[in-house]
Amino acid sequence: MKILVPVKRVIDYNVKARVKADGSGMELANVKMAMNPFDEIAVEEAVRLKEAGVASEIVAVSCGEAKCQEQLRQALALGADRALLVETTVELQPLAVAKLLKAIVDREAPRLVILGKQAIDDDANQTGQMLAALLDWPQATFASKVAVRGEEIEVTREIDGGLETLAMTLPAVVTTDLRLNEPRYATLPNIMKAKKKPLETLTPAELGVDVAPRLATLKVEEPPARKAGVKVASVAELVDKLRHEAKVIP
Amino acid sequence: MEFDVLVVGGGPAGLACAIRLKQLAAAAGRELSVCLLEKGAEIGAHILSGAVFETRALDELIPDWRARGAPLGVPVLRDEVYYFPHESNALRLPGFALPKTMHNAGNYVISLGKLCRWLGSEAEALGVEIFPGFAAAELLIEAGVVTGVVTGELGRAKDGSEKPDYQPGMALKAKYTVFAEGCRGHLGKALIERFDLAAGRDPQHYAIGLKELWEVPAERHEPGLVVHGAGWPLEGNANGGSFLYHGEDNTIAVGLIVDLNYANPYLSPFEEFQRFKQHPVIRRHLAGGRRIAYGARAIAKGGFSSLPKMHFPGGLLIGCDAGTLNFAKIKGSHTAMKSGLIAAETIFAALEQDRAGGRDLVEFETALRASWLYEELYAARNFGAALHRFGTLFGGAFNWIDQNLFGGRLPVTLHDPEPDHMRLKPAAECAPIVYEKPDGVISFDRLSSVFLSNTNHEEDQPAHLKLTDPGLALTVNLARYAAPETRYCPAGVYEIVEEAGGPRLVINAQNCLHCKTCDIKDPGQNIRWLPPEGGGGPVYGAM
Amino acid sequence: MSAANKVLVIAEHDNRQLKKATLCTIRCAAQLGEVHLLIAGSGCAAAAEAASQVEGVAKVLCSDDARYAHPLAAALAPLVTSVAHGYSHLLAPATTFGKDLMPRVAAKLDVAQISDVIAIVSPDTFKRPIYAGNGIATVQSRDAIKVLTVRATAFDPAKVGAGGTALIEALAPIDVPAHTRFVGQALAASDRPELTQARVIVSGGRGLGSAENFHLLDKLADKLGAAVGASRAAVDAGFAPNDWQVGQTGKIVAPELYIAVGISGAIQHLAGMKDSKVIVANNKDPEAPIFQVADYGLVADLFQAVPELTAALG
Ligand SMILES: Cc1cc2nc3c(=O)[nH]c(=O)nc-3n(C[C@H](O)[C@H](O)[C@H](O)COP(=O)(O)OP(=O)(O)OC[C@H]3O[C@@H](n4cnc5c(N)ncnc54)[C@H](O)[C@@H]3O)c2cc1C
Ligand SMILES: Cc1cc2nc3c(=O)[nH]c(=O)nc-3n(C[C@H](O)[C@H](O)[C@H](O)COP(=O)(O)OP(=O)(O)OC[C@H]3O[C@@H](n4cnc5c(N)ncnc54)[C@H](O)[C@@H]3O)c2cc1C
Ligand code: SF4
Repeated sequence: MKILVPVKRVIDYNVKARVKADGSGMELANVKMAMNPFDEIAVEEAVRLKEAGVASEIVAVSCGEAKCQEQLRQALALGADRALLVETTVELQPLAVAKLLKAIVDREAPRLVILGKQAIDDDANQTGQMLAALLDWPQATFASKVAVRGEEIEVTREIDGGLETLAMTLPAVVTTDLRLNEPRYATLPNIMKAKKKPLETLTPAELGVDVAPRLATLKVEEPPARKAGVKVASVAELVDKLRHEAKVIP
Repeated sequence: MEFDVLVVGGGPAGLACAIRLKQLAAAAGRELSVCLLEKGAEIGAHILSGAVFETRALDELIPDWRARGAPLGVPVLRDEVYYFPHESNALRLPGFALPKTMHNAGNYVISLGKLCRWLGSEAEALGVEIFPGFAAAELLIEAGVVTGVVTGELGRAKDGSEKPDYQPGMALKAKYTVFAEGCRGHLGKALIERFDLAAGRDPQHYAIGLKELWEVPAERHEPGLVVHGAGWPLEGNANGGSFLYHGEDNTIAVGLIVDLNYANPYLSPFEEFQRFKQHPVIRRHLAGGRRIAYGARAIAKGGFSSLPKMHFPGGLLIGCDAGTLNFAKIKGSHTAMKSGLIAAETIFAALEQDRAGGRDLVEFETALRASWLYEELYAARNFGAALHRFGTLFGGAFNWIDQNLFGGRLPVTLHDPEPDHMRLKPAAECAPIVYEKPDGVISFDRLSSVFLSNTNHEEDQPAHLKLTDPGLALTVNLARYAAPETRYCPAGVYEIVEEAGGPRLVINAQNCLHCKTCDIKDPGQNIRWLPPEGGGGPVYGAM
Repeated sequence: MSAANKVLVIAEHDNRQLKKATLCTIRCAAQLGEVHLLIAGSGCAAAAEAASQVEGVAKVLCSDDARYAHPLAAALAPLVTSVAHGYSHLLAPATTFGKDLMPRVAAKLDVAQISDVIAIVSPDTFKRPIYAGNGIATVQSRDAIKVLTVRATAFDPAKVGAGGTALIEALAPIDVPAHTRFVGQALAASDRPELTQARVIVSGGRGLGSAENFHLLDKLADKLGAAVGASRAAVDAGFAPNDWQVGQTGKIVAPELYIAVGISGAIQHLAGMKDSKVIVANNKDPEAPIFQVADYGLVADLFQAVPELTAALG
């Protein structure tokens, strides 16, 4: 079975994002970039499926600028077999990415696509679901456990208030949540080997996909700073305020 | 894994060395494998400097750096130097009154981190194998010869057990290993001890440099303006100096450098820095702006008299790891790079003669002595010691005479034989210092500052700050010196917590900025900085 | 706003009543135009009945069928798209339900989807947080149908039982794909909700002094049906387990009520809870930074204040 793992280049998880002074977006100059953490979990899950003998090949794919190669190399170092870069400098929104991925799926015919539930930059949480819709495939979002049994995949999902388990016939799309696994370290020898694994570059035009953005970002602002409220003199006053002013306790 | 040359540290010294090696190999049509390890998550992540940059070494390394797009966008256009007698007034020193070494025409205001990232991509293009996120943890020494290093292990839990994804350290061997860890490298320190490299030299002297990056309104920004200062708030408590540089993109780098030979354990370099920014001369540059980054790093400033032997069997010690900084100019990047160039040339020639490697490259010393680097350090040799001995005013006067009238050739050499950590006085003999609360506009608290360094470490790992004797934290550090580590650490790593059972030292290793101050200043030399899991530490953007 | 706007809200419910997040979404939808509500379920007549009483709802579309016994995106998306073209906006709460479903709907309609809307600027322009809330983006959609998920904490719930009675219209079910089978559900049964999903959180810091003292918070949490969180300092000191940590390197939470006890309010802690709706701080130090973000601050010794508060909650 072939697994496709889409990975996104985003701001490093440890770096504090800040709004540009002119309000046109977030400041990304001189900012360390990295693989989206949820995608790292996706790569890890694919590698585990391969180690378990379920998967035979892992193809990593990234859509975006040429530098996404760094994230693809990381996916290769973590255990992907080869990589595809759909290179474009156009701002890609989830629907466009889903269409690019659909075109890749049509070419590669994987049985399973595993990707992160959301990217930590736009926080959209859409791409996997959109891809499943375009392919008419089943989807399981927010996966915290994945088991493949023959032609069926069973996924435990983290939903509000608990867990839900779905069984789907393959092919399918799975999006990962934080608790699915703990990604491994890329070792030095694997990083070196990754440099020699195949990485193919395509363009949206070659895939016949129109990636023009549908949403216009008019501005980006800093979130309003929280203001200090009031000091209460006693527990009784606190309880009164919580009950009657804030209405957060019965 | 084996390489011809292994470079430890991706700062200006290590990168210059790696690039030069590849250039020489290409010119000679030789295969030469060069590997460079960097503990930061990427090249530049742990680089913090001022910086006003002198291009001399870069001109030699990559003469067409301009055409190749090196990030040196802002030439120095104007120099201002102040002496601050106290918190509200300032004496602007006229140009003629400054030591020559403080003139900056022809230099550039840069982010050294950005320059290193650019050098890193140049190095990679030449075929240097760069591995960010991997620290060299231990030396490999075989039969008295350094044969490489062992990288840090990954995946060990806080309690010492191995986690499921545990990866042991890896031995990386090389014919020659170049150590370029910057100031107070932990392997450099081990090498100096192991091969007695500092024999007959003055002890190394250090300072801690704290820095912030501000973004200010365009109309208040003057790209290329360079402001240096001395005096308040340090005069009396400690020596040091300040800098404020107007760089690219409406940013200002502002910093305070505090010599680590200060005596009063109540002194907090961080608080002095916050206080310093409130001086009207400094404040007016920052007003209306927002702070976008913070960090700190120690500086090896002993210079010529403290410079250890830089060669030993199997390798070289270069850049600030040895101590090549010119303190008269507070510049160390061009000298670090120059030491890297000389190292590369020495090693390449040695490998041409004998592919086996592993020799003690004594000829490095000769090449160094013949270079402008040596000349420069010799000329600056008295600068720091004069300030230590005579204070900012009189030491400054000595330096003016020495540097301007004699070009650094006054026929005396001042020595400063006492290591910095011995200079702390017992708390009982010192007056506690009361610092004002931060105003949240110009001055800030330590934890919100650390937030802007993007530092982080995997929490579930053993603390990388080790106490040789844990008991001393209370019996000596707290009892005698009022726990100075809680003040000199710029990241709030050390805290004394009062508990039912008495006070306890808490080490928040996760906060660490890898500045190395604790390793330097701890009065009993009881704190050791060791590399944490690779990739941990600050993630500086353009520092 | 324009009378031409018709908004369909996809309800999250338990067949008997609407989830609170749905009520918040209805309030948001009312800002856009006439609100219809789609309820798909199995035996969901009661929910439809309740929905018809909600303020601002003009019509309820009810598809009551065994096929919709479980809210699977693959089953619901075709139903939603089948009625979508009568509407200018499709809204669902930004819960795991809405986030699972709405992108699938949007892709089927070949339109963008806008997640986690926190404010309506105009019928085609919305505000939403990006970069974990470090930026608020104002985005404009050029699509004919706008598909939104709505962050419940940004809108008050619509009033229940206060409105008129909306018409309930039956909607025929549509074939659902055979590729997805519901296996089971394990809703957290414990009385202590999960941190990231709790409505109320009581969090303790180093001020608690010991693991034993942390039990003071348990009692308060029990009264409030709250989850218990902790600062890093408290976790490091061994007062609380690792997975209770709230903050930059712990959990990011945004409950309706966050009570911080003996926590100084370092920025790294605030990074994990500053989006809470109401913040209460109890600290004995009046200068503690936590008071700069607290809606209600109580300067007092926690060892008195917490038991007193627990008692006062009856
Ligand atoms: C506040 C401040 C202001 C300064 N201002 C100026 C100025 O204006 N102009 C100027 O020229 N100089 C200035 N300097 C000095 C200058 O920054 C240094 O001299 C220069 O950075 C030294 O270069 P280096 O390559 O020797 O070491 P560094 O720049 O310190 O680089 C060492 C690198 O090695 C890595 N490393 C360390 N140990 C290991 C290990 N064991 N394994 C793997 N990697 C490791 C580090 O992470 C780091 O990236 C300033 C310094 C400071 C602190
Ligand atoms: C990279 C990094 C990541 C971090 N991640 C996190 C994180 O995820 N979460 C987190 O919380 N922190 C995090 N921190 C740590 C953070 O900076 C603070 O150190 C920590 O939040 C402090 O915890 P505290 O408020 O419990 O302790 P303290 O700062 O010691 O505060 C204790 C408070 O209790 C009060 N107090 C004491 N006794 C009483 C009493 N009897 N009654 C009432 N009040 C009392 C005191 O006045 C004081 O304000 C991180 C730091 C770094 C650098
Ligand atoms: S712990 Fe030591 S090395 Fe780390 S920031 Fe503090 S003083 Fe610097």
